[in-house]
Parts: sequence; structure tokens; C-alpha cells
Amino acid sequence: MSVDQATVRRIAHLARIAVTDEEVPHLAEEINAILSFVEELNAIDVTGVEPMTSVIPMKMKMRDDVVTDHAGADVVVANAPVSEDHFFMVPKVVE
Amino acid sequence: MTQPIDLTLAEARDALRDRKLSAVELTQSYIGAIDKARALNCFVTETPDRALDMAKASDARIASGSAGPLEGVPLGIKDLYATEGVHTQACSHILDGFKPRYESTVTSQLWSDGAVMLGKLNMDEFAMGSSNETSYYGPVASPWMPPNWSEDKARAALASDKRGLLVPGGSSGGSAAAVAARLCLGATATDTGGSIRQPAAFTGTVGIKPTYGRCSRWGIVAFASSLDQAGPIARTVRDSAIMLRSMAGHDAKDTTSVDTPVPDYEKAVGASIKGKKIGIPKEYRIDGMPAEIDALWKQGIEWLKAAGAEIVDISLPHTKTALPAYYIVAPAEASSNLARYDGVRYGLRVPGKDIADMYQKTRAEGFGREVRRRIMIGTYVLSAGYYDAYYVRAQKIRTLIKRDFETVYAQGVDAILTPATPSAAFGIGEKGSADPVEMYLNDVFTVTVNMAGLPGLAVPAGLSSDGLPLGLQLIGRPFEEETLFSLAEVIEQAAGRIKLPQVWW
Repeated sequence: MSVDQATVRRIAHLARIAVTDEEVPHLAEEINAILSFVEELNAIDVTGVEPMTSVIPMKMKMRDDVVTDHAGADVVVANAPVSEDHFFMVPKVVE
Repeated sequence: MTQPIDLTLAEARDALRDRKLSAVELTQSYIGAIDKARALNCFVTETPDRALDMAKASDARIASGSAGPLEGVPLGIKDLYATEGVHTQACSHILDGFKPRYESTVTSQLWSDGAVMLGKLNMDEFAMGSSNETSYYGPVASPWMPPNWSEDKARAALASDKRGLLVPGGSSGGSAAAVAARLCLGATATDTGGSIRQPAAFTGTVGIKPTYGRCSRWGIVAFASSLDQAGPIARTVRDSAIMLRSMAGHDAKDTTSVDTPVPDYEKAVGASIKGKKIGIPKEYRIDGMPAEIDALWKQGIEWLKAAGAEIVDISLPHTKTALPAYYIVAPAEASSNLARYDGVRYGLRVPGKDIADMYQKTRAEGFGREVRRRIMIGTYVLSAGYYDAYYVRAQKIRTLIKRDFETVYAQGVDAILTPATPSAAFGIGEKGSADPVEMYLNDVFTVTVNMAGLPGLAVPAGLSSDGLPLGLQLIGRPFEEETLFSLAEVIEQAAGRIKLPQVWW
């Protein structure tokens, strides 16, 4: 399988990464190089094999459903590029 | 006379305990060494004031008899670990200005055991790379000089664009270079596909990636969560054992961390390896492998045999599939983990005409080329119509890779010996600019271990014909890191500890 330029634009959109017209052909080349590298996996027989979900067998631990983090709003927004009154500020989303 | 920075971690720890050396004195020596080595670009942030405060507190605890296992030991911390109030950016532009308000579990354990923080270490951006060249803060130069270079030539390259100097490996390149240049006694690192073991092999240092779940991942910037694991890089096998003991342990904040006691790994250093069954996998003898790597491997086999180990030929038939399967699984997990960098909650924000435009511009400017590429590959293999063909298939192959190891372990194999890397260190600017896959091939021997969640250790075993360090890798059974330390000590003793480069920088 290989990707064309329209697919590269679609992937970039899904990943929310802006790409320029000049970048697209080059990105297609690089992505295709990686896809052709992983092509050999198609030759492996995986009939009846379960996909891995946990590399080390472990039981999911349960804990009481209580608040464990009391950091507070000041701390939560401390690294925000823009915040006001403990809210994260973003460009207007609803007209 | 031996300078304080020439002591190993174990020696320094003992000297501190015996009050032959003070923590402040030792820390000052390291601050001085870091100051003179700035051109290597190992550190992205230095914290000398904090280090001296911590050292003073260590001296007080030593005086009062309440010293911890790492009391007064100056360490470097990979920029991937959250350190409260201190630069933590995974060496990415997108985390500009990020200073976490919390401390990673692993580093908090180091500090409560008495260690001293010297600063944050350079790395490949988001740990994606094998040469430390993808860092937003620029490449790290290895303290090992390129073959046949004069000190003048190396210093001139260091003062310009560093091209031609050697890479320290990656992604924990700053960690490995800082340890090899004696800028810290040990360093934290992380390993998703080889990021501890490959740089350790390139710099003549010891690095261990423990079993998945042995160290808490809480507070470590996530790359590929089912593969990421923390571990140390240090100058000797013993030093790495001492560090791992403090780093490992159960943490309620990471559900994948395992609740089993942490052994005193140092006790395993020097233990007999008589009767240990060591597997030699034929699939690791790859086409085009340099003769000197093969010779090093044979030498390693002889050393272990001489120490009483039993050598058996084994087969791990799915070895070849590990690297391509990794380049589906790791980018897929990365594309999901890195979705959080959107210019809203932390780091860089590039303004846009609306919120979607802001996301796209922020991520385009904030992520470097390699990271963008991997996010896009990951997005593609997870997208509708391709998920089964790529992602599910790769996870099935991962099951097969793990089964290979389980089969040989069930036959009584205690550990597996392989080369750590397919070559010695290469030059800055030499690889991967045209074809990204060229760089990925560095991890061909290490990536299987992450795919199977096993512990793996890289130990220096000799020098190439050009005088550059080469390492061997030991792969163990789950949670049997002690066996790896015992075996690695035999190799370290037999090879003679690598003489680290003298200061030329």
C-alpha cells in the first residue's frame, strides 16, 4: 500500500498538523518509505493469533472512587498559554 | 591523584559515607565539569543552585546518620522526566516554557534516597530518534572523538555545527554522553525501542531497560505507553544496579507498575553465573553485520563460558518482524499520546483564525520533522480502513515475538546474549536525512525486547578497530534483572572496564 498526496493531506488534517503545498510530495515519499519497510509483515501468517493487549500479564487494579489529587485550579492552569479566572482561553468556537 | 569525578557511583557513595569526601565538594566538582563541557550540549538546563542545596542537605543527613542509599550522589535527569518547577520539555519546541507542578515518581524516589540533581539532559524530541539529532536544542556531541581526529579538529567542529563529530546515540543521548564525559555519576534515561541500550553501547557506558512495569511511568512524558520504560545509564554494572534499585518499585499512580518487591540488585553483581544457560539466537546474525561485531559476540560467549555458563544455540524466528511491527505500534501510540499538545493547556501556542487553525499551526510549528512524520504514520495506521491491516496485524505479530522468547525460556534458557547495536557510533549528519528507515535500523537488536516487555542490558565489551566502544546486550526473563547484572559483571570484568575519553572539549 502507498499513499498519494490527497491521502497525505487527509492524514495531516486528522492529525491536526498544518502542511504546506511544498511539504506534501516530500511527506508522501517519506511515509511511503516507511510503509514499504513494514510491507514484509504481510507475509507473516497470523491466523488464529490473538493481538497483544498487555505485554506483561497483570490484573487491572481497582481503587476507591475518591478524589486523590487536590492540586487546585491555580496549579492546573499554571502552564496555560492563556488563561483567565481559572479557565483555559481559546479562540471563539461558537458564533 | 584521583579527582572526585573519576570515582564511580559506588566509590563516591562509599567515600561520602566514610566522610572522605563531602557531598558539596563532589557536587562542586561536577558543576565545574559541566561548566567546561557546555559545548557538548549534554544539558539543556543546569540547576547548580538546587544541586548545592541538595548536597548541603545530604551532608547534614550523613552527619546525623540518616543517609539514604544514594545520599549526596549527583545525577543528571533526562528531559522526559517531570521535575517540579524545572524545565521539562521532552526537548520539543511544543512544550516551550513548561515547568511541571509535580515530580515524576522515579525522580522523587531518587531524591528521597538522597540523590542530587545537576540538571536536565538533552534527548531526541519526545524520545523519537537514535542519534539525539532530533532535539529542538540541537545535537549532542559524543565525548568520544572520531577516529584519527586531532583535538584541535574536534574542538573546531564543536565550536561550529558539530558535523563529523560522533553521535552519542539516542534517544537518551544526553544521558549517555554526560555519563561518559563524567558530567554526572549516573543519569536517568528511558527506552521505547532501544533508547537506553543503544546510546550506552555507543558511549562505553552501561544501560539497563528493566522489565515493563518495573519502574513507574508516572510523570514521564509518554511516547508509546505499552513500550516505554525508565532505567539508568551509569559507568559500571554495579553503578547501574545501585541506581535501578532506587528507581524501581510499585506506584499506585501507574496501573501498569508491578507490585513485587524490589531486590537489592547490587548483591547480584559478582554473584556466580555457574550453570546459567545462555541462549545465542541465530536470527541476530544479520546480513552485512561487521566482522568485528560478530567477533565481539563470540568473545562474549567465550567469557561467559569460561565463568561457568552453559551456551546453547536458540532460535527466535520472528526477530526480523520486530522492527517493522514496532514502526506501526510505536507511532500509533505516539499519535494518540501526542494529541494532547494542542496549544491550550501548556506549552507553545501559535494563533490561528479559529480553534482548528490554532491547533494545526501550533502542532506544525511545535513538532519537529521526525515527530510530525511519526504522528502522521500513526494516524494513518489507526485510521478507518487501515486499522486491521496495520495496527491489529502488528499487535498479533507482537504476540508471536513474545511467544518466541517464552518458548526458549520454557526450555530453561536463563538469558540471551546478542550484540547491542549493528555498528559503532556514526557521525553527526551522517544518517537518515534521505531515508528515515536508515536511522531506524539502529534498533534492530534492541527493539524485540520492548515488543516482548523483557529486561535488556547493554554492557561495553570492547573497542572497534577504530577505537570506538562496542556493547553486548543481555536479555532476561521478566523481572529477573538480577541475572543480567551478574552476567554483565562477568563481561565487564573480562573485557576490562572501558577507559572513558579524557577531556578534549
